[in-house]
Amino acid sequence: MSDAKKPDKTRRNLIVATAAVGGAAGAGAAVPFVASWFPSERAKAAGAPIEVDISTLVPGELGIYEWRGKPVWVFRRDKGMLESIRKDDSRVADPNSEIPQQPPYAKNEYRAIKEDIMVVVGVCTHLGCSPKEKSAEAKAEMGADWQGGFYCPCHGSKFDYAGRVYKGVPAPTNLEVPPYTYLSESKILIGDDKKGA
Amino acid sequence: MSTKLMALWAWFDARMPSVAQEYKKHLSEYYAPKNFNFWYYFGSLAMFVLVIQIISGIWLTMSYKPDAALAFGSVEYIMRDVPGGWIIRYIHSTGASAFFLVVYLHMFRAMLYGSYKTPRELIWIFGVLIYFCLMGEAFFGYLLPWGQMSYWGAQVIVNLFGTVPFIGPDLAVWIRGDYVVSDATLNRFFALHVIALPLALLGLVVVHLLALHDVGSNNPDGVEIKKLKDANGKPLDGIPFHPYYTVKDIVGAVFFLAVFCTILFFAPEMGGYFLEYNNFVPADPLVTPAHIAPVWYFTPYYSILRAVPPLFYSQFPGVLAMGLAVVVLFFLPWLDRSPVKSIRYRGPYYKIALGVFVVTFLVLGYLGTVPTNAWGQFGPWLGEAERATVVARIGTVLYFLFFILMPWYTARDSVKPVPERVTS
Repeated sequence: MSDAKKPDKTRRNLIVATAAVGGAAGAGAAVPFVASWFPSERAKAAGAPIEVDISTLVPGELGIYEWRGKPVWVFRRDKGMLESIRKDDSRVADPNSEIPQQPPYAKNEYRAIKEDIMVVVGVCTHLGCSPKEKSAEAKAEMGADWQGGFYCPCHGSKFDYAGRVYKGVPAPTNLEVPPYTYLSESKILIGDDKKGA
Repeated sequence: MSTKLMALWAWFDARMPSVAQEYKKHLSEYYAPKNFNFWYYFGSLAMFVLVIQIISGIWLTMSYKPDAALAFGSVEYIMRDVPGGWIIRYIHSTGASAFFLVVYLHMFRAMLYGSYKTPRELIWIFGVLIYFCLMGEAFFGYLLPWGQMSYWGAQVIVNLFGTVPFIGPDLAVWIRGDYVVSDATLNRFFALHVIALPLALLGLVVVHLLALHDVGSNNPDGVEIKKLKDANGKPLDGIPFHPYYTVKDIVGAVFFLAVFCTILFFAPEMGGYFLEYNNFVPADPLVTPAHIAPVWYFTPYYSILRAVPPLFYSQFPGVLAMGLAVVVLFFLPWLDRSPVKSIRYRGPYYKIALGVFVVTFLVLGYLGTVPTNAWGQFGPWLGEAERATVVARIGTVLYFLFFILMPWYTARDSVKPVPERVTS
């Protein structure tokens, strides 16, 4: 009598084995569906490095170039702007670029290979909006102690002329410096730092 | 009915008796409390808006092109060249805002009368899942016109996932299918908006209603009408849903349509709150609009996101707070320890808490529509903090306190005796 109530061990094992194999098949079938959400080969190819000619850039001029669909700023800083960066040291959150938001060759005071040319990804590190340049003359709007820099219109983050983030704003880190290299005096390659790659 | 029709029905009923059975179970013999008031319109109105959205949505897909190069133009084509296109599109865009308005009022009703309390926890959980689906629908759908606000709104929201520790950046790329919001993103959001989420939404509405009809509706008195039945086993305080409440709900639908059509014909953009002005500019990945704000129904959560300062150089805490602000709704049935359901028999603690919560939600909602510097700054004695940010932070704390303190204040609240039967 009691045997009839007990589950048949062989049948129970078969059910477990079937369920396990079925579950594995289901998980395996999900692979192509999950994989299809990753960037396609075409999207990956479109992420290739770009060449920028900086010979026409005058001091104080901001050139915007598209790399991987993001705006990359190439900005020639004048003397006053470089000075303002030194003055801002106490007001920015990470003056020495300790957080790895730049390649090692840009981990210096001006966050650049050559001090007058800044190359940064012009995307706010808060939530990806593109900040706008506000010169030192915009004191009325930005506050009396504004030295000039960049202001994100989305959530009010502020950056100085080296792309360093101010203290007490939503953005947590400095603007990202992409990998780049000088191909010649007047040409830079953005997106790759090995010459001729 | 003519005998021929009767015979046809008899033929059908013999082969598929479940139609008549389900009709009785869910309509003609579903006994709903007789004291439903104004707040009980919004459930059926939500269903009505869902139907409006599905029908207008199907028609929109007939002329819309989910392609980054063509999407913006195809929406303008719908607006200008497709006969009736403008009204179908405005129905859909106004319907989105109407959906959230109706659902927020429906949820508020549940909080007024304790409709989430035992034995209706599952109904509430399915309802919150419906709300999640709705948020997904709104988000995915908002990218489709491919305007500036579509593009940058999606950028901001997808980057929220990029803040998740360790896997964040890869997760964001996986969601976009590209390093930026692009054609791949638009195409998949279209698929999710028009097929995946609507299917999930419909399924959830079905289980929401099945769970409701199994335990029966709550009412403004929070009395269980199934406790007192007549000789035939019908609840003494119940009336059949059809025809009593179908007729009542038609009145609600007519009133709703009067408001809906007024907006549709006279203010479909609602001064930038239903359709933002920047969305009439085609998406441009290199130019960020001066002020990015979500559509009004997301702004309370957006305020919470902005209010939380970054921690350890990561803005993940803000994202987490925003997520928790929505997820906490699931736990409402277990946070509320009050022995009574309806606010009519609750004491001052809950009434004050709910009042503060509603005001907080509205203030956060307003702040989410304006820049953080909208109210200027405090003086130097407060570190020149932005007034709006400080208020949003206070609001965020109050929002969470409503839930966190709920077990405490609902258990200690003085309650009035609940009557045996519903009051008239």
